[in-house]
Amino acid sequence: MTSILRKRLAPVLMGTALAAGLAMAAPAGAEELRIGYLAPLTGGLAQTGIDMRDGFQLYLDEHGGKLGGMDVKFIIEDEQGKGDVAVIKAKKLVLQDKVHMFIGGVLASTGYALAPVSTETKTMYIPSIPAADDLTQRQLKDFPYLIRTSWSSSQPHHPLGQWACDQGYKKITTIAADYAFGYEVVGGFQKTFEDCGGKIIQKIWPPLGTKDFGPFIPTIKADVDAVLSLMVGPMPAQFIKQMRGAGFKKPILGGGTSYDEFVLPFMGDEAIGDVSALHYSAALDTPKNIAFVKAYRAKFGKVPSYYSENNYTTAQWLDEALKKAGGKFPGPEELIKIMVSIKLDAVRGPVSFDDMRNPIQNIYIKKVEKKKMFGYEKDELWNTVIKTYPNVSQFWTYGKEKFLAQPVYNKDFPPCKFCE
Amino acid sequence: MSKQTIKIAAVVLCLVALAVIVPRGNSFVVLLVTRALAFAILAMSLDILLGFTGLASLGQAAYFGVAAYLTAILANRYGFGLHWDFWLMVPLGMLTGAALAAIFGLFAIRATGTYFLMITLALGQCVWGLAYRWNSMTGGDNGITMKGGRPQFGLDLTNDVTFFYLVFAFFAATLAALYVLVRSPFGKSLLGIRERELRMKILGYNVWLHKYVAFIIAGAFGGLSGVLWAHTNGIITPETVVLTTSVDALLMVVLGGAGTLVGAAIGSAIVFGLREFGSTLVPWWQYVLGAVYVLTILYLPMGLMGVPERLRQWRATQKKRTTKNLASVPS
Repeated sequence: MTSILRKRLAPVLMGTALAAGLAMAAPAGAEELRIGYLAPLTGGLAQTGIDMRDGFQLYLDEHGGKLGGMDVKFIIEDEQGKGDVAVIKAKKLVLQDKVHMFIGGVLASTGYALAPVSTETKTMYIPSIPAADDLTQRQLKDFPYLIRTSWSSSQPHHPLGQWACDQGYKKITTIAADYAFGYEVVGGFQKTFEDCGGKIIQKIWPPLGTKDFGPFIPTIKADVDAVLSLMVGPMPAQFIKQMRGAGFKKPILGGGTSYDEFVLPFMGDEAIGDVSALHYSAALDTPKNIAFVKAYRAKFGKVPSYYSENNYTTAQWLDEALKKAGGKFPGPEELIKIMVSIKLDAVRGPVSFDDMRNPIQNIYIKKVEKKKMFGYEKDELWNTVIKTYPNVSQFWTYGKEKFLAQPVYNKDFPPCKFCE
Repeated sequence: MSKQTIKIAAVVLCLVALAVIVPRGNSFVVLLVTRALAFAILAMSLDILLGFTGLASLGQAAYFGVAAYLTAILANRYGFGLHWDFWLMVPLGMLTGAALAAIFGLFAIRATGTYFLMITLALGQCVWGLAYRWNSMTGGDNGITMKGGRPQFGLDLTNDVTFFYLVFAFFAATLAALYVLVRSPFGKSLLGIRERELRMKILGYNVWLHKYVAFIIAGAFGGLSGVLWAHTNGIITPETVVLTTSVDALLMVVLGGAGTLVGAAIGSAIVFGLREFGSTLVPWWQYVLGAVYVLTILYLPMGLMGVPERLRQWRATQKKRTTKNLASVPS
């Protein structure tokens, strides 16, 4: 009997021993700033995650691994581009590593998943990429420990709608990835474009991750003046290739992620002339940006994307705030209070916070051009800035109260009044 | 002491060890084990189909997901299931899982083998599609965050350790219930169907009905798992019901050993351990998980629970070889 018992129990005992071993994993040590960082390092969004991490890391490396004089323990976790993985990783960071704050996530849905964790664990959370509008709008009251250093989805697309109207476009078809981020981008664009007199005559929603736009392109109405696209991940390059391949000659506008520096190297000459809007362009001709692009490219071998810049700036903002706090972590509420008061001269331009903890920043209307920049030898695609809308808030010109009174942009809001 | 009693004693001992040791660990470990236990219920429900009836289903996440969504929606909209009514939510979730399985079963049970696999996959993806596109109800891609937190009724389940004990209790109860089920005459006839369906038909068993009932029972426990998962995870997204969740459950069963129940739980522990703890240690955890899968399928087709059997066989052949060698030596 004993031998049978031994045989049966051996794997069990091993398991138990392992569990006990895990249980004894020690928490992190004393006086240092522990930052938990969540980025997708595996899966379809891995490259985005690497850009994010590299951006933050670059700032740390340039400043001797310190923020505000504190030694930083930078703990990176792979959130795999999934909301519920991000949640468990955030809990690991808080419970086991005892981090002072956690930063990151990519998708809007991940932002929504992580924000309640910060409330529940009373830990500071900086969504350095997730752009879901309501995180800093209608739901902000639920998230007292959240401060956003990046953008809200509709923020750059309000000016883009205005700009499109100013170009004399009258009728526009939108074609956007079918999920919350897509709705918010299209919603923002539609709102300002129609308020200015334009008409959205058609909305097409290909599923997220569509690889063949063949079934969608022929349905675009012939009499449109332009098309607005919002593509994410690997979608943009394919979309533009198929659009131009199908003989579409009219202007194509893009939401921020349709043409950011992350996808630009994968696009061909067919993208030249397309216009998009975002709060950063790697082609910004400012000394700060040139230095940033050069340092980043020398170190990581690629042009920084907004993912890189936003995280670099997040580190810079924290650095300034911690300096002001006297080189120690003053608690999440206090640190957020200090951060909100800091106006930063960032790589992307001047940034400050509005009273709902989302940045007020320049929005750049950018045109894809092929040229040499910053002394690099090869002709490459760059997002040349053709117009700057200074100090744009997430509420555009509508004012906070009026803006918050309307529902968050979704598939049915604003309603498509002119759809035929 | 019969072999069976020893097995049961070993499992009970393990459970007691788990209940004693885990709460002493740090809170992340408690959380991790809770997740693995909640998910293990799903894996065990699948084992009823795969291991005991011979039906490889790729749609088990559907019942899990529907119950999880139901839990989250009722809690957020009506505050239902956050107090004593949690005890109503549990049977409600199980009923929902069972009801959905009863509908899906009508389509799926007629098929066998690969066709059954494909039909369950398609049905499972229907639920995913619904979760993804029915924005007003499911929150679409953003999913639903459980705003009210975990239930409180005398017991404070927001406390991770208390919650662990609750999930643990459900896990142990499920294990016991399913064990009784598979040992019952009904379970025996399921085994018969697994081994030789035609013979069972000839013997006069209503094979379709047996499979259908097994399918519904699996759905019910899938639903139970979903209710617990919603409270464990605190957020439900389409990711919860996507094909990967079904595949995960299937792999857990195969990894631990199909047709053993306990194997499904061990599989769940290993996958969660590697995926959620391993990934915090090394960036190449996916290779480890992949290697574990491949090695199991190559060398342990019976799963980890097949290890003792494998050892016994190996010893037997060793012994045979020695005797043969002795015999071949000329005297």
